[in-house]
Amino acid sequence: MSSNKESTARTLIVALVVSLVASVFVAGSAIYLKPVQQENRLLDRQRSILAIAGVGASPSGTALSSAEVRALFTRRIKAQVIDLTTGEADASRDALTFDALKAAQDPKTSIALPGNEDIASIKRREQYATVYRLEKDDGSGELEALILPVRGYGLWSTLYGFLAIKPDLNTVIGLGFYQQGETPGLGGEVDNPKWKSLWPGKTLFDASGKPVVEVVKNASGEHQIDALAGATLTSKGVDHLLRFWLGEQGFGPYLAKLRQEGA
Amino acid sequence: MAKQASTREVLFDPVFNNNPIALQILGICSALAVTSNLNTALVMAIALTSVTAFSNLFISLIRKQIPGSIRMIVQMVIIASLVIVVDQILRAYAFSLAKQLSVFVGLIITNCIVMGRAEAYAMQNPPWPSFLDGVGNGLGYSVMLVALGVVRELFGAGKLLGIEILPLVKDGGWYVPNGLLLLPPSAFFLIGLFIWALRTWKKGQQEPATFTIAPQVKEAE
Repeated sequence: MSSNKESTARTLIVALVVSLVASVFVAGSAIYLKPVQQENRLLDRQRSILAIAGVGASPSGTALSSAEVRALFTRRIKAQVIDLTTGEADASRDALTFDALKAAQDPKTSIALPGNEDIASIKRREQYATVYRLEKDDGSGELEALILPVRGYGLWSTLYGFLAIKPDLNTVIGLGFYQQGETPGLGGEVDNPKWKSLWPGKTLFDASGKPVVEVVKNASGEHQIDALAGATLTSKGVDHLLRFWLGEQGFGPYLAKLRQEGA
Repeated sequence: MAKQASTREVLFDPVFNNNPIALQILGICSALAVTSNLNTALVMAIALTSVTAFSNLFISLIRKQIPGSIRMIVQMVIIASLVIVVDQILRAYAFSLAKQLSVFVGLIITNCIVMGRAEAYAMQNPPWPSFLDGVGNGLGYSVMLVALGVVRELFGAGKLLGIEILPLVKDGGWYVPNGLLLLPPSAFFLIGLFIWALRTWKKGQQEPATFTIAPQVKEAE
């Protein structure tokens, strides 16, 4: 009996059966829970968009409930798909279902970036992107904040986040990342409220419209933000990803168009 | 064969008499990482307890079928699957907590307590006592985690479960928080103090010194 248990055939069968049962179990739970998880992720995204635009908390300072987030988001945020190359809004695409990150993977809806232009190390850039307009609460439809999705490589991971700017298209309201895998305690401090509080009020462009915002050591002036201590490469990553997304390859054409319309 | 341990012993021995953290010094890594507030400590404690309990149960169920040559890897497959399921459930029903716990739920796989109980207990004992043993060791871990979480959050941030208990100076109160308690090293000090207290109370847990320090010798003339 015991020698039978240790035989090669028996060992293989046990290994196979255990793996099969375990994989069915894992796959089943992953598929069964996927809809709830996606809902959570969407809500988390909406919450971070509202927070970065400075309307993420109720007047008393407590966090909003899920229902409040959903209601506020549908009332005040207008999502819009834009063509990154021309800067035109593209009404034919539905901002609710358009997934820019998926589009960036597909050769048909994205362009490969040559090495010297790919300063954010994202390899491919999608042709279209979703931007979010926070409108004034009085129903006038006037712009209160513009929220742009940004992403780029830090030290270990791609940082995904949003940049909110004022209607002058130059002053920062906030920058925040909703997904990153940098070293906790060092690069991970991009999530630290203290560091994030350095951003509001900084300006992104110089007089000629060139992105000049910088993340540097001993920052001074309105274009510079202090780098994170002990996280040179993450800081550089944040610096580069902003330069990229504000530049010609990123939202440059779109912002130029908005400026023209405003003028 | 030694006498059968009672249900009560299996379940509660690991809490004070044979605590996995305080006596066996296992699972320290996650105890440092997730106890800066009580909320994450509680969720981690529940996650680890359920993984230990069910991995013990399943391993014990098939213990007579597992060939000795692949015993460890079979245990790992079962533990890893359970951890993934727990992670998925947390992501679905406690998303913000799952984000705070980040990698530490996944790292339950490498927590020595789970593997240790599977190998030491579940491989030799029937399913029901094994399940209880898992729950008991999970409880032992939980007690330490919750104790650490309470001390660290209360004295580090003046709160418990996010509710203000000691009003902080910066909000107009009187309490100056000890910022060190929010950093991982503080858990080392606290675990050390807990072990000291426990071994003073239960002297049987004291270990004999592994070596004695030789007396100072005079320098030769």
